[in-house]
Amino acid sequence: MNIVCAGINHRSAPVDIREKYAVGPHELESALGRIRGIDGLAGAVIVSTCNRVEYYTASVCPIRVLDGLRSYLQERAGGGGAPLYTHESPASVRHLFRVASGLDSMVIGETEILGQIKQAYAAAAACGATTRHLNKLFQHAFRVAKQVRSETRITRGSTSVGSVAVDLAGKIFGDLKGRTIMMLGAGETGEKTSRSFLSRGVGSIIVTNRTFGRAARLAEEIGGMAVHFDNWHNAFDKVDILICSTAAPHPIVTREKLVPLLERRNDRPLFIIDLAVPRDAEASVNDLENVYLYDIDSLEQIVRESLEVRRAEVVRCEKMIDQHVGEFVGWMRDHISFLA
Amino acid sequence: MDRLLLTGATFCLLLSFGYTLFALGAGRFRPGAVNLVAILGGFVLLSLDLWRRGQEQRACPINSLFDVLVFMSWSILLIYLVIGPAYHLSLLGAFTSPLVFLVLLFAQLGPVGSTAPGRIGHDPWVELHAALSLVAYGAFALAAVAGLMYLLQDRQLKMRKAGALLYNLPPITDLGVANARIIRLGFGLLTVSFAAGFMSGIHVNNLKFLASTLIWVGYGVILILGKTRRLPPRRTASASVLVFGVALLALPAIQYLSAPK
Repeated sequence: MNIVCAGINHRSAPVDIREKYAVGPHELESALGRIRGIDGLAGAVIVSTCNRVEYYTASVCPIRVLDGLRSYLQERAGGGGAPLYTHESPASVRHLFRVASGLDSMVIGETEILGQIKQAYAAAAACGATTRHLNKLFQHAFRVAKQVRSETRITRGSTSVGSVAVDLAGKIFGDLKGRTIMMLGAGETGEKTSRSFLSRGVGSIIVTNRTFGRAARLAEEIGGMAVHFDNWHNAFDKVDILICSTAAPHPIVTREKLVPLLERRNDRPLFIIDLAVPRDAEASVNDLENVYLYDIDSLEQIVRESLEVRRAEVVRCEKMIDQHVGEFVGWMRDHISFLA
Repeated sequence: MDRLLLTGATFCLLLSFGYTLFALGAGRFRPGAVNLVAILGGFVLLSLDLWRRGQEQRACPINSLFDVLVFMSWSILLIYLVIGPAYHLSLLGAFTSPLVFLVLLFAQLGPVGSTAPGRIGHDPWVELHAALSLVAYGAFALAAVAGLMYLLQDRQLKMRKAGALLYNLPPITDLGVANARIIRLGFGLLTVSFAAGFMSGIHVNNLKFLASTLIWVGYGVILILGKTRRLPPRRTASASVLVFGVALLALPAIQYLSAPK
């Protein structure tokens, strides 16, 4: 029995190609039905995400199965050769373990892929498309992914400015529920960051912008409250997180302005996220008690550090995966089956 | 049996300390079951040791500096086990174990007298005074640990360092709240202990009285200034570390002056 993998991903094909091969949930059953008709194919699981479409099959005759898959995909994409990569076991086993562990993802160590593989496997099992070898393979992959995550630093830190900001807020305030955000400027970057906070359950958002109409529109869209730009400091007492993203050519949040405002806050910390260039907040406000200022460079630096930590962990992850591939291949050798 | 329980407790704390260092080296820095089990083990063994020596001395075993250090170690662990889970400060244990380990090590290997001269009579007020004072010291020690963690987290956040410490230390707001509350607890215990001391009516050396009062006033000032918003959390944290350092240095002197001559 051989495990055969064929697919395309974000490295082998651009999105306009990948979208032609994508298999939506509604067509999964029919797609599985079609490929199960390929001569020599015993079972299959289709993993289709925005970054990859992969077919994992169990077969006693890999060459015939690969030919069959190529023809099927060609037909599906409306002609033309697909830029497919193909693997046979043990390379296919290693590939799945790497994918499940997030090592093959666009952002190394991302965890969403494991959930997507679990869903793909569950869907295939529900259609009766899996075999003993595929069941064992996917269960093993889930175990490997869990071990890699818990025993290495592959998921350490955050990999986007928005998620770094949310993580830092968690390290300052703990629970973000009930916290108040003020958006100083209604730019796109600030809006994205605010949405990251909204997804983590912050209590309320105050939006202020030089053009009040824009602030009002955004406030309505995200369920916040708009205030006039000239009055932002009057609404400041309840604010825990200040997101600055104005296009002002000079600092708006100055030490001089902030000191009297801080006196009214009863020692509550203030987290300032300055996404503006030129910066909206004077660098010296970071020296004030209970104020934590992060500008775009410092947030991006943390993102880079997280990615570096993750990259440095890849070698350890690969070693773990190699060991598991050996175990799985050993199991396959002990359970040779021509009937799958 | 004399030192077996104590050595076992010290070993448990060393295990917890060692595990923390290992986790730090591996970049994990998450106190897990190992820390908690080791600290619990240390606490149980210390409790048994105190009980045994209490039976021997027929009094609370706090007659020598050695006794005092062991009893204080037990108090720190007791307060941690009560306070730590309540404030979700499991990492406090990772910082507490090295402190208790060092205190126990000093008690056993340092130039510390272990002979118990025995107190004249066994006035329950004196017993209460002495025991509560040491439990208060335990609380102050833990407040200092929380304060130290606050200062570390504040520094990480101000310096914009996203290392293992930042990700694994508790939120700075929680640390500030825990620091203030543990100081309040210690201050309350010390106040009751002083009241018990007054009730006993024993003669107190002037220097001991002065040192103890200064420590009490020191923590009182921290609490009043904190309450009136004149001492921000970072300075409260620094003050709790500083005053505990002074209190720890004054402890041998207080013990020496308390011993019956």
